[in-house]
Amino acid sequence: MRDLPTARAVPRAINWNRLQDDKDLEIWNRLTVNFWLPEKVPLSNDIQSWSQLKPEEQQLTIRVFTGLTLLDTIQNTVGAPALMPDAQTPHEEAVLTNIAFMEAVHARSYSSVFSTLCQTAEVDEAFRWSEENEHLQAKSRLILDEYDAASHPLKKKIASVFLESFLFYSGFYLPMHWSSRARLTNTADLIRLIIRDEAVHGYYIGYKYQRALERLDGAQQQELKDFAFSLLFDLYDIEGRYTESLYDGLGLTEDVKHFLHYNANKALQNLGYEGLFPDEVCAVNPAIMSALSPNADENHDFFSGSGSSYVIGKAVATEDEDWDF
Amino acid sequence: MAGLVYFSSGSGNTHRFATRLGLAATRLPLRHGEPLPQILAPFVLICPTYADGQGRGAVPKQVIRLLNQPPLRALLRGVIGAGNRNFGETFALAGDVIARKCNVPVLYRFELAGTETDIARVRAGLQKFWGTECSIPA
Repeated sequence: MRDLPTARAVPRAINWNRLQDDKDLEIWNRLTVNFWLPEKVPLSNDIQSWSQLKPEEQQLTIRVFTGLTLLDTIQNTVGAPALMPDAQTPHEEAVLTNIAFMEAVHARSYSSVFSTLCQTAEVDEAFRWSEENEHLQAKSRLILDEYDAASHPLKKKIASVFLESFLFYSGFYLPMHWSSRARLTNTADLIRLIIRDEAVHGYYIGYKYQRALERLDGAQQQELKDFAFSLLFDLYDIEGRYTESLYDGLGLTEDVKHFLHYNANKALQNLGYEGLFPDEVCAVNPAIMSALSPNADENHDFFSGSGSSYVIGKAVATEDEDWDF
Repeated sequence: MAGLVYFSSGSGNTHRFATRLGLAATRLPLRHGEPLPQILAPFVLICPTYADGQGRGAVPKQVIRLLNQPPLRALLRGVIGAGNRNFGETFALAGDVIARKCNVPVLYRFELAGTETDIARVRAGLQKFWGTECSIPA
């Protein structure tokens, strides 16, 4: 059979040795090296700890995890794929497929936690709850509206960064809280792997946003900035109510809100903007910070003499040729 | 006051931090091939972290290139590490690695582009730090 000329465009084979943007390879390498599966985490070691939680604490935990599962599902099936048509390089498309798949791994992980620790009926109830919870549904809809094919490519990126770097954190708070009290510590290890991935995703999508933004004129840049802050306000409004509905019972709402402010500012920074919330309302409980990054439990400040240590050790004999970090 | 040198990749976080400090600062080149800037006076380095889950690759290549030159390394007085606490134990690791290698203190750590508090602390801290440095006879 002869090759017939057709109108169908065929993508070019991807050549990773010809990069248009070094960041694509940097992020590809980071994500692939960091690849993991939930089977790697010994969740069954949390069975005893789980049994020591009160029924309402168990219910809250399952509900929070179904909420996180929903966001991961959206990012897996809609969010990351929606960014692919706007990719500027073939390598960016490849990175987005990795992001999409890891979101599926994250969503799958929560079910591993459930099957290890929980009763089927409790889990089914929580999934039903997530389908009916007005706040969860409202924030999902706000994000999905921006993922529509007709939406502005950069608005999709803004929504995606807010999902990756802001919306997860009302949920991530709880396992960090348990971990800080030596509860569900293996589950917390799994969540920390997810947090690490989401940080790379938010950073990368935010980076691509900034690259595209700098090619627009001042008026368009301003319009997108206004849109970003306005969307953040709308999402924050919902997150506030979601947080109250979940955490009022444990008296943790104010603590969670500080964590939300702190993460909202970081999401804005991923987009290249300054934070919105002043530092006073971003002071996250040190126990949560410590659960997040064990070596950063204190604000290291050599200048004021606070923080660990002036540990500089002795100078390492430096082989200048192979200073191999 | 002596110098401030920083690396910032295309995400621009460290660049925004350095700009908001409002102090004279030299940005290292973004790409491998570009020539290093001339550095003649003692300096503090601000360096973001690019480590993987095991902590490998924390320090950007351009910074390694700078510090692999003994005359330039000899001028390094301290390092400020940047990063993201979401990376857990490897948060701001580049600062720690450089401090260990070059026998200088980690002066401060901050996340992404820093907060107002970070800016105020580093600005005041650097002023004090260079004051101390200058009073030490060479």
